[in-house]
Amino acid sequence: MQVSEQDPAAGPAARKVGEFLRSRAEQIAQRWADAALFRTVFTVSRDEAVEACKAVVEALAEVAATGRPDDITAPGFHAVREQLGRMAATRARTGSTPAQVAGEVADLSRPAVTLLRGEFDDPAGGQAQDCVLALTVLMGTLRLVVMETTLSQGQELIERQRQQLLEVATPVIKLWEGIVAVPLIGTLDSARSQVVMESLLDAVVAERARYAILDITGVPTVDSLVAQHLMKTVAAARLMGAECIVSGIRPAIAQTIVHLGIDLGNVVTRSSLADALAHALRRQGSAVPPGTPAASLAP
Amino acid sequence: MQTSADTATTRLPIGSDADLAWVRQKVRQTATDSGFSLVQQTKLITAASELARNTLIHGGGGQLDMTVLHGGLRLTFTDSGPGIRDIEQAMTDGFTTGNGLGMGLSGAKRLVQDFSIESQPGQGTTVTVTALATPMPHPRPEHG
Repeated sequence: MQVSEQDPAAGPAARKVGEFLRSRAEQIAQRWADAALFRTVFTVSRDEAVEACKAVVEALAEVAATGRPDDITAPGFHAVREQLGRMAATRARTGSTPAQVAGEVADLSRPAVTLLRGEFDDPAGGQAQDCVLALTVLMGTLRLVVMETTLSQGQELIERQRQQLLEVATPVIKLWEGIVAVPLIGTLDSARSQVVMESLLDAVVAERARYAILDITGVPTVDSLVAQHLMKTVAAARLMGAECIVSGIRPAIAQTIVHLGIDLGNVVTRSSLADALAHALRRQGSAVPPGTPAASLAP
Repeated sequence: MQTSADTATTRLPIGSDADLAWVRQKVRQTATDSGFSLVQQTKLITAASELARNTLIHGGGGQLDMTVLHGGLRLTFTDSGPGIRDIEQAMTDGFTTGNGLGMGLSGAKRLVQDFSIESQPGQGTTVTVTALATPMPHPRPEHG
């Protein structure tokens, strides 16, 4: 909505609203501090809420002074963007939906408009109407800014968590001298399996490992793509002189792999990580007492 | 996602890798709610994963319609991609036009109780599978 371009009275009206906001900042802040949005976020003291309100009012005044109350990219909003984002995030944590937060921002409009009307001798006059319209547009812009800030923070959070997942999912554990293991957890898509393969091969070199165990206990679904990733990883480890053992194959997964028709015949597989470790230890020549639970193995 | 009460059909979009994970989760949840045993559940989810990936990679995206039946689940994967010229060849173990294992379509068929595929070149592909909560129904009465 390009009010300033359509209506020649909008620019001066917005600037007048800017002056009003500056002169009445304290009164508006006092009223807003009791509104749901500020009251529930700034719970420590009312003064804190009033300060936060004042910052928002000043930002709005600055935007209004430019004569473009509809500009959501106005530099005046930069100062309060972080604060608004924090407030919206706080509301979201307590269970408010974005729509509720938007509604709470909209609720700020009425007290300000009431104060603005009081400024005019003739509240129904043309100038008063122009100013009220400009203020309403400005408050709508504030609402958009809050929403935009919330959304962009959500995007950042998702991206950060995606990166974290990639790292978290692939710890390579040294189980024994010459034996490393990767417990795989979650969905094994192409990006993840690439990370797994790289970190496993790095560990094979770093630990001079002869045996590498891929544990898929935490992988919920083993379809042909996951199986293909596993086979590629096994083949790559073999090229580096390490024998790969796939462990953690649950009964349901085993039956599914058979029905799917995937041939894991040339891959050493074990049902549990303990069995895989026992297998590797035996092959390595370490003494493994027969029948002993692998968990209580002594060197 | 739309749900209509009378047929209990859920529609899920398939347009990205994230959608594949979402499809697997929803199928798992629905199968659990429908009383699927762990093995039947795992088989159905794996079949759904294969077919949804086909829809995404070969069909260029599409949708899954999931219908709860009495004692089972029906999944319909629809895309409007290039279609399959030779279905018999596509259903052969090890045949692939991509760089996969070529086990997806044929493997999915072995994982479910009922499998049908319709495709015309240029008209897209529809794959419908039905899985039962218990693979072999026991019609015997308990007192007999």
